Amino acid sequence: MNETSDQILQRPLRESWFSRFQVAALAALTIVAVIGKFYLPRLIPNTEWLELPLLLTVYFGLMRHGPIASLLFGAFVGLAEDSLSPANLPIGMYGITKTLVGYFSASVSMRFNVENSFVRLVLSFFFFFFHAFFYWVMRRALLGQIVPFDPQETFVHGALNAVVALPLFAVLDRMRLSGSV
Amino acid sequence: MEALLSRYRNLTVLLIVVVAQLLYLAYQVKTNRDERLIRVWAVTAVTPMAGIVEAIRHNTIGFLQDYFILLDVREQNRKLKSDNDRLRMENVYYRNELATAEHARALTLFQARTPSKTVAARVIGNSTVETAKAVFVDRGATSGIEKGMAVVTPDGVVGKVIAVYPLVSQVLLITDPTFKVGVESQKGHVHGVLDCGTGKCEVEQIQNEDKVSAGEWFFTSGEDRIFPKGFPVGTVVSSQPGQGMRDIKLNLSGAPGGVEEVLVVLQGVHQAIPSTPPENTESSMLPAPPAETGSDAAQAAKRETEADKVLQKYDEIGKQEGHVFGGVGSNLPNFNVKPEGPATQAATPAAGTSDANVVKTGSQAAVKTSPPSTSAPSSNPAPKPGPSSNPAPKPGPSSNPAPKPGPSSNPAPKPATAETRPPMNSGPVLPLGAPRHKAVPPIAQPQAQRPPAAPPRPADPQ
Repeated sequence: MNETSDQILQRPLRESWFSRFQVAALAALTIVAVIGKFYLPRLIPNTEWLELPLLLTVYFGLMRHGPIASLLFGAFVGLAEDSLSPANLPIGMYGITKTLVGYFSASVSMRFNVENSFVRLVLSFFFFFFHAFFYWVMRRALLGQIVPFDPQETFVHGALNAVVALPLFAVLDRMRLSGSV
Repeated sequence: MEALLSRYRNLTVLLIVVVAQLLYLAYQVKTNRDERLIRVWAVTAVTPMAGIVEAIRHNTIGFLQDYFILLDVREQNRKLKSDNDRLRMENVYYRNELATAEHARALTLFQARTPSKTVAARVIGNSTVETAKAVFVDRGATSGIEKGMAVVTPDGVVGKVIAVYPLVSQVLLITDPTFKVGVESQKGHVHGVLDCGTGKCEVEQIQNEDKVSAGEWFFTSGEDRIFPKGFPVGTVVSSQPGQGMRDIKLNLSGAPGGVEEVLVVLQGVHQAIPSTPPENTESSMLPAPPAETGSDAAQAAKRETEADKVLQKYDEIGKQEGHVFGGVGSNLPNFNVKPEGPATQAATPAAGTSDANVVKTGSQAAVKTSPPSTSAPSSNPAPKPGPSSNPAPKPGPSSNPAPKPGPSSNPAPKPATAETRPPMNSGPVLPLGAPRHKAVPPIAQPQAQRPPAAPPRPADPQ
């Protein structure tokens, strides 16, 4: 019996089940977040600013502590979002942006105590701003579409998303989706 | 090399993923091809659920909210509020029904009126991109919708179809930054391009020399090959000369962000730009009633209560005796004397004559029953144009505003209410405040030959 087999055998049964549950729960949450962004403004007016897929990507990156898994998760979320974007926007815009968000959030999580609420608040705000700005740059540079970028509005939306992120992250902590069980 | 890759494994994976997506993106841009398979899967997976949720929300959420709210209230005030709750629910229900029917009627009217062939659709979902303004509607290729078709409402333009799926379509709204619409002004037929990319809609590419004024309507020009010519777009909020081109701000009439139901134009037909602003088809209203003249309104206001009549009586006495109310050094008037003038009759009405319900037929009744508000245009001959039909000349030094008796000196008649209207065959009813001297014989002119009662005319300044 080699070392890997030993590790598998020694792993508690509960942890194995939980990791499968985590994957399913994350996939379900991703779908809910993307559909929520698709449908929530119809249900609750003036909620276009809410970026649930982005917050999920940031949370996964902050808590997973693995850049590769985080960037792949970000790419998955972004591509799922791209598939529901207007047909005049090619698929991959959100994918690239969220890939970077996932990677950078995972990198940041190695340097900061991401359990702290204030750190989570600041990082959520920062990544929202980065996400919005990078998306705008890509749309302008790669697609040549002149779309307005309002820093004040982005600032306000970032603050609102950061405020939403705190209770959302707390709920996700309770669901123990971070992987750090 | 292997050590390098293992050392920078994270960065390497990041680069591979990003570059792969970039290449995929570049491929789409270069070939100008939409990756239909992925989108069809995603949209097909999401929209049925969204459609179901939207239908449930549309049909039940208002009912549930009302029901549960009213249930709580009923628990608190069951006895007092039960009737009220029931009526409220019915009211909400009927209001919703009425609003839905009105909207549906407006859409149907518009569909019947416009020569373009359209199909009605309902908005069921938004886009996932915050800056891109797009919505999904519940009609797709099975309803004959094709990419590039215009989407409108009776109020104005909404957007165009940018993607069609079997059961749903995606509509890019005209408020999207990348969307431009060719427009044409109503009066000067000035052509421009509508751009709502900055959040405020502006009409671009109009020279400073062109005349476009605030309040003017803009219609689609048809030059964008999307919208048929002649659909209303909006009204000009401000039009100012700018640097090279005129700055024109437009207020959209269609409110594309908040529409629930839209019409997809299957076969567009160009129409001429109408010469009048588009009418509101949602409800029809009668024109406003003619405004009362100032003197009539003042008289009606003056003689409403007994206190007003007494006040006017004292005013008449004061004028007769040359007393200036509030004036210093003015002689004291004798309020016991009866003033000469119509105010006396108005202030001391006979018990039966002031009651408008005691209206008799014939000339006698016409004279006796001249309550302050019973001058009817239907029983009065139309006032002749000219100075003689204007408010009464002043009879003597008393500055009495009452006219002399006679039809030609009647002031502008007031419209009578149903309760106070005298019979049609009665004689001329005296105007407000007119002195009751003698009974005036009824006009022998038959009813059919009478000229129609003219609307009240304002006093001639000359």
